[in-house]
Formats: sequence, structure tokens, C-alpha cells
Amino acid sequence: MAMPFFVPGDDPGTDFVELLRRTGHEPFGTELPGTIDAGHATTVLAVRCEGGVVVAGDRRATSGHLISHRDMQKVFPADRHSAVAIAGAAGPAVQMVRIFQLQLEYYEKIEGKPLSLEGKANQLSEMLRGNLPMAMQGMAVVPIFAGYDTGRETGRLYQFDVTGGRYEEQEYATSGSGSLHAGTVIKLGYRNGMTSDEALALAVRALWHAADEDSATGGPDPLRGIFPILSVITEDGFHQLSDEESGDVFAGLSDELSGGGSGS
Amino acid sequence: MSMPGMYVSPEQVMQDRADYARKGIARGRSLVALEYSDGVALVAENASATLRKVSEIYDRIAFGGVGRYNEFDQLRIAGVRHAELKGFQYSRENVDARSLANQYAQMLGQIFTHEMKPLEVEIVVAEIGHGDTGSELYRIQYDGTVVDEQNFSCIGGDAESVLERLREGFDSGLDRDGAIRLAVGALAGADRELVADELEVAVLEAAIGRRCFQRLDDSAVGAILS
Repeated sequence: MAMPFFVPGDDPGTDFVELLRRTGHEPFGTELPGTIDAGHATTVLAVRCEGGVVVAGDRRATSGHLISHRDMQKVFPADRHSAVAIAGAAGPAVQMVRIFQLQLEYYEKIEGKPLSLEGKANQLSEMLRGNLPMAMQGMAVVPIFAGYDTGRETGRLYQFDVTGGRYEEQEYATSGSGSLHAGTVIKLGYRNGMTSDEALALAVRALWHAADEDSATGGPDPLRGIFPILSVITEDGFHQLSDEESGDVFAGLSDELSGGGSGS
Repeated sequence: MSMPGMYVSPEQVMQDRADYARKGIARGRSLVALEYSDGVALVAENASATLRKVSEIYDRIAFGGVGRYNEFDQLRIAGVRHAELKGFQYSRENVDARSLANQYAQMLGQIFTHEMKPLEVEIVVAEIGHGDTGSELYRIQYDGTVVDEQNFSCIGGDAESVLERLREGFDSGLDRDGAIRLAVGALAGADRELVADELEVAVLEAAIGRRCFQRLDDSAVGAILS
């Protein structure tokens, strides 16, 4: 592999996707005949809290009516201070996350400092636009992007659509087939200035109700020790809870439900 | 059009280019890379807080350059691109300093023999070891010569005397702070003292996660030197 060297004026700069194209890699699928209905069976969500944001997602992957994976990862750290959660066709979504992570790190190294949070959201928007031909054929990706804005010192979150539309939300964002149920639960339970623990408790309640109503969203699986992925992003960076810690948050929900809550 | 009486021997051409490159490099201040018990330290004399001589290339690889800034920065960017593309195409584990050093050597050698002007730069590529394999240090010269360095390396104007001082003070059991103090002392020499804001310091250390490269800011460097 030769060293990529460009003359000034013809240099791809900080754009990793352009660098891939210039060196013979096509990062996104191009238009092909026919369609595949890949659905968007998932629930992922982000909730803003005091000093940061909570990002969570279930672990189930389905193909039609079959469960194809029980421990799928749908929440990924994008860099030190942000995360991306995906709903949609798994193959293109995972590839998009990988390129997004590389783009953020590449920019940081070339420029010597990281992109702003809004710059990162715009980058993801560009990648979604690049995936539009695939989305038109049923291979859509609908992510959520959330992070801690080190400049403004607050958590921020963004919702997207398949065309790359980027919408900043103030309180929460949800995506996937269970998003309607999860969104309603968060909407009813949300308060300004929640601590991260309160936001985590609200996130697991939302995920539990989504799994309860939507066959394509997986719930907690204590027999196997598989729990939805829970993460918190603060000034200190991205932190994903261990399975034990997630189990404890779900145990709190279990106490609440068995005490005559709204779960029945 | 032939130009009678203008013959210059190839030896003379190479000699002139080497002298030209060496003169450019000698004008700049030096940079030291040295191994210590848990990693590799890169210490440069650099008055600017924003124009870097030491940078991150990849998870376990760092870059140091001296000489003409625009030229070594172009090499740095090419290195980041090479590493990122290789990691994307194969795997992150397959990106290593040896192959990067060879790529740099090819590029510098090609420019030295075929272009009008050689690059007035000297660079080091450092990689922190995995488990029982030790760290690696490569020094690459303006003409493409690669040297696989043991324990420490110095590039820049005053390299010979800095190396002399490093040889006297080096010990394989040095910790991070000890290594940085040795590097700063070697760069300064006996007659002067260097303070934090005249220095650029970074380390490769495995303890800090996947990306081992870490810059130390002026207050951290000041605390180590005091």
C-alpha cells in the first residue's frame, strides 16, 4: 500500500470519506436493482440529564419473525465525548458507525483538536445522505447522536431521518420500531435537571415498556445475564455500564413494578 | 539544448543536496525520543504552543519531526492517512511503526534523488511495545536512511552533543518523570535551563486505553521539572 500523498490544492483535507474514495474504497453502497425490506426493528434512546446525556439501546436483532442475535450492540462510543445509537439495517448501520468513528478520530489527528459536537452531528448527517441510495432500497439507517459539548459544558442530542435531516432535541430522542412506546414513557417521566441515575432509571423503564409492546425489541435477559446497553456521557467522557451495573438498574425497575406500578 | 562546460558529477550533486538539507535541519532545535519503563517519551524544544513537532499517528504510534515545518507536517499527515487506511482495510493490529518507517524512507529517498530540492527534515517514528515485545524507535533522515534506534534517539541541529548527554544519563529502569527530566537536561546542556513553555512533551503509554498518545501540558511538565 503506497503512502497517500497529495499536492496542495488537490488534498482531501480532514474528510476521511473522501480519502477513502480517492484511494479506491467506496464507503457506502451504491444503487442496485431490487429492494430488500430490512425494517428498523430496535429501540434506542437518549435522555438529557444534569451535566450530560444517557444513551441506551436494546440488544435484539431480528430477521423477519426470527431472532438472529440476542447480544447485538447498537450503542457505540463515537469518540471520547459522544455516542451513536443505531436503528435500521444492521450491515449498513454498523459500517456507518465504523466510518463515523474513524472520521472523528482522523479529523482530530489531522487538525490537532477534535471537531465540535455540532460538527460531529453534521458529519453523521452527511454520511446518512451518502447512504440514501441504500435507504431507498430498504436498507435505511436511522441513528441518534448524543454527547457532551465541551465548549458549552452541557449534554446535547440529535435525532436524524433517512435523508440526513438533523434535528436537535432538548430533552430526549428515540429511534426504531419501539420508539413510540419508549418515547411516551420518557415524555411522561422526564424532568429538567434529572441526575444521570434518574435518567438511567427512566431509560430502562422506557426500554422495558418498548420490549413489552414491540416484538422486535429485546428486554432484559437475566437468565443469560444479557441486559440492554446503558451508557452515560459527561465531562469525564463516555462510560458504558457493565452487565452487573445494568442488572442493578433493572432490579430497581423490577422492585418498582412489583410494588404495584404501571407495568402490568 | 546542450550546455557545454556545465557538467556536474553525480557525487557532487548528491553532496550538494545533502549539505543543503543538513544546513536546513541544523538551524532548528532538537527533539529527543526515549524509552522508559512503561512507555516512550517524546520531548522537543519548541517555543510555539500550537505548531507541533510531536504528534499522534495511530493507537500505539507517535511521530516527531524537526526542520522545515510545512515539510514534516506534510509527512505527518501522510503517515496518519497511511495508518488509518491500513487499519480500515485490514485491522488496527496490523498498523505498525516498522512499515510506516519504511514508507517514509521510500518517500524521502525518492524526493532526495529525483526532486530539485531535498526535504529539509529529520523524523522519528516511535511505537510502544505489546506485552513482551519492546518499544521501537526509528529515525529517518532527509535522504531516506532509516536507523533502528536502541533506547533513545535525537534529531535536529545539536543531535550529537544531546546524544552524548543521553548516553551518560540513560538507565533502562527510568520512569516517566525521570525520562522526561533526562531528555530536558540533555536538550538544554550544562549552560542553560529549559522551562515548560519552551518545551513540547508527549508520551506513549499503554495504561491510558486504546489511544496511547498523550500530551503533557505546561503545568504537568512544570511539575515534573521542579
